[in-house]
Amino acid sequence: MSAQVLFDAPGPKGRRNMVIVNIVGAIVVIGIAVLVLIRFGQTGQLEADRWTSMFTANAWMNFLIPGLRNTLIAAALSIVFSMLFGIVFGLGRLTTIAPLRWISGIVVEFFRAVPVLIMMVAFWLGFGYAQTFDPNTVPLVAVVLALTLYNGSVIAELVRSGVFGLPKGQREAAAAIGMTHSKSLRLVELPQALIAMLPSLVSQFVVILKDSALGSWVTYNELLFMSRLYGSGNGNMLQALIVAALIFILLNWMLTKLADYVAKRLSSRTAAPVHAPDADVQEEIEEKAKA
Amino acid sequence: MRNTRVTIAAVAAAAALTLAACSSDSSDTDTDAGGDADTTSEESEDTGGEGGGDTIRIGIKFDQPGLGYQEGSEYTGFDVDVATYVAESLGYTPDQIEWVSAPSAQRENLLQTGQVDMIFATYSITDDRDEVVDFAGPYYVAGQDLLVRADDDSITGPEDLNGKNLCSVTGSTSAERIKEDYAEDVQLVEQAGYADCVTVLESGQVDAVTTDDIILAGLAATPANQGKFKVVGNPFSEENYGIGIPEGSDQCEAINEAVTAMIDSGDWESFVSANTEGTGYTPNADLNPPTLRGC
Amino acid sequence: MNLFEQIGYLFSNYDVVGSFWVNIQLTFWAAIGAMILGTVLALMRVSPAPSLQWAGLTYVTLVRNTPLTIIITMGVLGVWGQLQITFADNFDLNFFIFACIGLAVYHAAFVCEALRSGVNTVPLGQAEAARAIGLPFLTAARLVIFPQAFRGAVAPLGNTLIALIKNSTVAAVGSVATETSSVMRTMIEFNGNMVVLIFMIFAVGYVILVVPVGVVTTTLSRKLAVAR
Repeated sequence: MSAQVLFDAPGPKGRRNMVIVNIVGAIVVIGIAVLVLIRFGQTGQLEADRWTSMFTANAWMNFLIPGLRNTLIAAALSIVFSMLFGIVFGLGRLTTIAPLRWISGIVVEFFRAVPVLIMMVAFWLGFGYAQTFDPNTVPLVAVVLALTLYNGSVIAELVRSGVFGLPKGQREAAAAIGMTHSKSLRLVELPQALIAMLPSLVSQFVVILKDSALGSWVTYNELLFMSRLYGSGNGNMLQALIVAALIFILLNWMLTKLADYVAKRLSSRTAAPVHAPDADVQEEIEEKAKA
Repeated sequence: MRNTRVTIAAVAAAAALTLAACSSDSSDTDTDAGGDADTTSEESEDTGGEGGGDTIRIGIKFDQPGLGYQEGSEYTGFDVDVATYVAESLGYTPDQIEWVSAPSAQRENLLQTGQVDMIFATYSITDDRDEVVDFAGPYYVAGQDLLVRADDDSITGPEDLNGKNLCSVTGSTSAERIKEDYAEDVQLVEQAGYADCVTVLESGQVDAVTTDDIILAGLAATPANQGKFKVVGNPFSEENYGIGIPEGSDQCEAINEAVTAMIDSGDWESFVSANTEGTGYTPNADLNPPTLRGC
Repeated sequence: MNLFEQIGYLFSNYDVVGSFWVNIQLTFWAAIGAMILGTVLALMRVSPAPSLQWAGLTYVTLVRNTPLTIIITMGVLGVWGQLQITFADNFDLNFFIFACIGLAVYHAAFVCEALRSGVNTVPLGQAEAARAIGLPFLTAARLVIFPQAFRGAVAPLGNTLIALIKNSTVAAVGSVATETSSVMRTMIEFNGNMVVLIFMIFAVGYVILVVPVGVVTTTLSRKLAVAR
């Protein structure tokens, strides 16, 4: 935590300065909030029914909850498939068979470089044109496939670096008891690598959940799509978008918490170092909570 | 170590199951698309049955208030009303109708592959489309027009849009037509849906929204928009809304009979007025109710 | 039409190169904005004042957990559409600016975290030495910590830049109709039979844009790494 050592424990003058900075900071934050609220007021965004209509049964039962359900469906399918894709191509990059390694490398590097939205739009229109799927499921297929190819490639890299991150002794020990390369990979290295990478994996799930909102652009009726629909039908677009954003923030924040928890639980079960990707952020939040 | 292996096996098994579910999904889409776990639309709960010959699959828009609009498991709008009427004449109760989302770009595909039996989705009859699918009807003649704020009298037609701001959806032909034929200096913003256009029209960031007049009227007639907007009533194109059916279908005559009966009985008029209530919109009387063009 | 004729047809009828240029411009301005905002946020997060630390942390936590799509949609439909804040009378320019701001606001959180992870690569002794010779916080940060932190942050900053290049396509959601994903969409809608070719043109375009950035940042981060 070098951040904490950048400065000494403040003396009397330092404490006074800090109070001044705190007050100035608070004034700036409050000032911005007031400006925003004034603008809200000028344009009628503070009218009560624009907000209360977000908390009606119609808003939740017909729009937000079905939208949230579809978001979770798309995210869950993408998570499962990208795990599968990641393990297959991650191992592909580690195999001793050269052509397989090259192909895996090309696939992974290619799908990491192409924007998710480009893939989503192409799959959406492409499958619509090719008539491969039922038209009602084409948007879902496009969303899941695009998210799988991109995040699966990222996970493949995680698998690879997870295996590389293991102490050499693990591989050597496996070789010493007569395991072949692939057997050592499968039975010794991959299981430990998977555990070590679980926190990074969960933070990749946050990316999947966030990117599933792109589905609204290809008419997949997920949370953002449904809240836009509700907002435009009820003249409270801004409020609908704010509620949708809050739901996403809450979901992702819970996932991040999970990553932290998992990292703490699992560090004893692998030879590789385990740390939550956001360990610093999380620790600071916890410190704040205790204080 | 044993625990780990069990976990991995479980993950693999789950993935395999999902894969299996997905591949069956793709292989028999044409026979049974309503019952799959993946289906996102609401009708899977409604039909429940074996997906046999008891139901009729009708393509409509899901996102166009006043024409075809999905609100939970309810479907409302003029297209929905007409479709329900026609289906009833063909011997299907409303419970036997399975609504399918038919976005503009996919309508021909849906018909050609037999994934829907009919389409009522603001589907203009054009020569190009007529070559690949059949049309019954038309059941309505719309025209591209403008929607403006109710207190705005400065816009009476597309020529007045020079120097003004216009909203349309991505890929719309009517916005292009205005820019090319009527008002070069119009500023155009594209949105994902017409409803989004209406919110920026209300706030004053754009001065007009353009598309077919009945779509505009439908938007203006939603409860939240009542009294805020008006349709200019100066249409600059003619769009014959047909009922799309697969090429060579034998249903055309029966559908046209149903449409004629609907117009004669006055139901057509009550469908129009119910879905455009409060907007002062009336269909172009020279062309409506439409003359059927025969099969 | 053979493959080359198809490619010729697509490139002569649609401004493919121009669409990539729009994304590069989006990336350029958004990167500058994200860099400035992100550096300010990183300074706040490592500063001694609790209120600034808290404000920086809140910003990062909120923005990192919000989908970029919502941020950009909120810019156009919320800030422009409902709060009626306009940056330019010309619509094209206006939405371009909105998209740049949305991208900058989102990626600033990642720039902040990249810089902070850079700060964490600086050994404690450096900060202690700076304080021992009497440098106050801002001077120590400017002369000792940040120059080293930037070097340590090259790799994560490069990743953020790559993400920004790719995410610039999300400007499509913000009514920027001339960028790649919108142009690709139009092309596929009117030429469905060439969908695979059209997708490959844009995919390869992004590979060409992104891969060199990755190579450069990897080389740079190795070259600049402070030997310890």
